[in-house]
Amino acid sequence: MNKTVIEIRNVDFAYDDILVLKDITLTVEEGNFLGIVGPNGSGKTTLLKLILGLIHPLRGSIRVFGQAPERARPSIGYVPQYAEIDSSFPISVMDVVLMGRLGKAPLIGRYRKIDREMAEEALKEVEIYEIRDNRFGTLSGGQRQRVLMARALVGRPEMLLLDEPTASIDGRVEQDIYELLKRLNEKATIILVSHDLGFISTYVNQVACVNRSLVCNPIEHVTSDVIKACYGGPVHMIKHKCEL
Amino acid sequence: MFEFINVLQNQTFMQNAVIVGLLASVACGVMGTYVVTRRIVFISGGISHTVLGGMGAAYYYGFNPTHGAFVVAIIAALLIGFVSLRYHQHEDTLIGALWAVGMAVGILFIYKTPGYNVDLMSYLFGNILMVKRESILFVACLDLVVISLVIVFYKRFLAVCFDEEYSRLQGVSVESTYLLLLCLVAVTVVMLIQVVGIILVIALLTLPAATARYFAPSLGKMMILASLFGAVFTTSGLVISYKQDIPSGATIIVVAGLAYIIATVIKGLTSRFRSYNKK
Ligand SMILES: Nc1ncnc2c1ncn2[C@@H]1O[C@H](COP(=O)(O)OP(=O)(O)OP(=O)(O)O)[C@@H](O)[C@H]1O
Ligand SMILES: [Mg+2]
Repeated sequence: MNKTVIEIRNVDFAYDDILVLKDITLTVEEGNFLGIVGPNGSGKTTLLKLILGLIHPLRGSIRVFGQAPERARPSIGYVPQYAEIDSSFPISVMDVVLMGRLGKAPLIGRYRKIDREMAEEALKEVEIYEIRDNRFGTLSGGQRQRVLMARALVGRPEMLLLDEPTASIDGRVEQDIYELLKRLNEKATIILVSHDLGFISTYVNQVACVNRSLVCNPIEHVTSDVIKACYGGPVHMIKHKCEL
Repeated sequence: MFEFINVLQNQTFMQNAVIVGLLASVACGVMGTYVVTRRIVFISGGISHTVLGGMGAAYYYGFNPTHGAFVVAIIAALLIGFVSLRYHQHEDTLIGALWAVGMAVGILFIYKTPGYNVDLMSYLFGNILMVKRESILFVACLDLVVISLVIVFYKRFLAVCFDEEYSRLQGVSVESTYLLLLCLVAVTVVMLIQVVGIILVIALLTLPAATARYFAPSLGKMMILASLFGAVFTTSGLVISYKQDIPSGATIIVVAGLAYIIATVIKGLTSRFRSYNKK
């Protein structure tokens, strides 16, 4: 029996008065690769923020690594869907990635040599080492997403939460990133929000369909009917497999 | 210019003015960089105008107005910081109210103080030619505080200014970091009031940094460049105001404003030129 890393029980969440998530129950075990799918505005990002403890449930309980979400943060890497980032901010790619070491570096003073080395390694992993000195604001959307990915990897997390990390990444790199995630999955639990159902069906072993409520299935049980019920209409779920 | 150097050699008031201007430029460039990149110009304006209340009260009760300014600036920074964290939706209204009430209180105190109120104008518009020797030490100490804290907390300030949510995930207490940052802005404001007065403080805090932003690739370099610009603007403003016999604070700001406009035009032209070359 594997260790449980995420345990969400009967969680309701509302922004102001609007109920966004209703009666969510979800268990994720160590080493799983969970794909989260669902239509726009269904509450996928909200679910990730609950797991990170950035927002708190109206009702129900959330435990991450057996603790309150806030306390589990040091073991989690997060790639946000839209980083609220000012593109005129004078900061280099390297400095953005180093932010991922902030919690582990000394409280005061500069980053250590080891932090810089790990940042360089993470930059190489997502193939943006060459642009490490560029200003973040001058990068393209796909390059930015890769920087944010490197920032999530640099803390050597035990669990990775990725919110549509490949939405504007080109096909070749996208493939590489999926392979990278697969490799990382040997050591880390991964939760990935994606609209690319083809990808989901190839790499993940568990699928959660979110649409205010949540239905979670092992990948073997995910049929087009399950997806249809979630999106409220037919979706080309197995486009990957068809192409093969 | 020759004449100015002559005065500088012989007159302590001019020496004091130049030294205070240069010292203030350092903190001004460093904190101005945060104010501009974090977009807290309005918040800083609120802090600096509220300070008049403290100066007025200190004046009325017979304390050194600069010390009153210092205390009230810190209180204002914490109060405004709290408002902006807690009531983000109504931030501008609340800060606007504090801004005006602080000034009004200051004016009332000054009005009620017996004697002729020559000082009101110098609080509002500054009079760097009147600074005393003690002020140099005071400003130097504040410089030291600002710079050492910025060096110590550089990583955190950068992270919180750039991406608040991610800083929180990294275990940074975003609220206290933000409040500390505002306190350092407040300290800098008190220094700059000596140079250009309350009304013009915001211009001196933001213009050198805004100019530096066009040329700096990183926050640290932007700070250094902004400090250099600040030093050039204050010193050349002093020279011009002395030669033309016009108010120094206003002259410094006009110099800074012109430099900013010129930098904007140059930047606009070069980027247009570059994209033209690419075609
Ligand atoms: N900060 C907020 N304040 C109020 N309502 C919000 C906020 N963020 C999201 N919502 C609402 O919550 C619902 C779920 O949003 P969420 O961002 O979780 O959707 P999503 O599944 O991630 O969508 P997408 O596929 O577009 O990323 C939406 O209806 C949205 O309008
Ligand atoms: Mg989303």
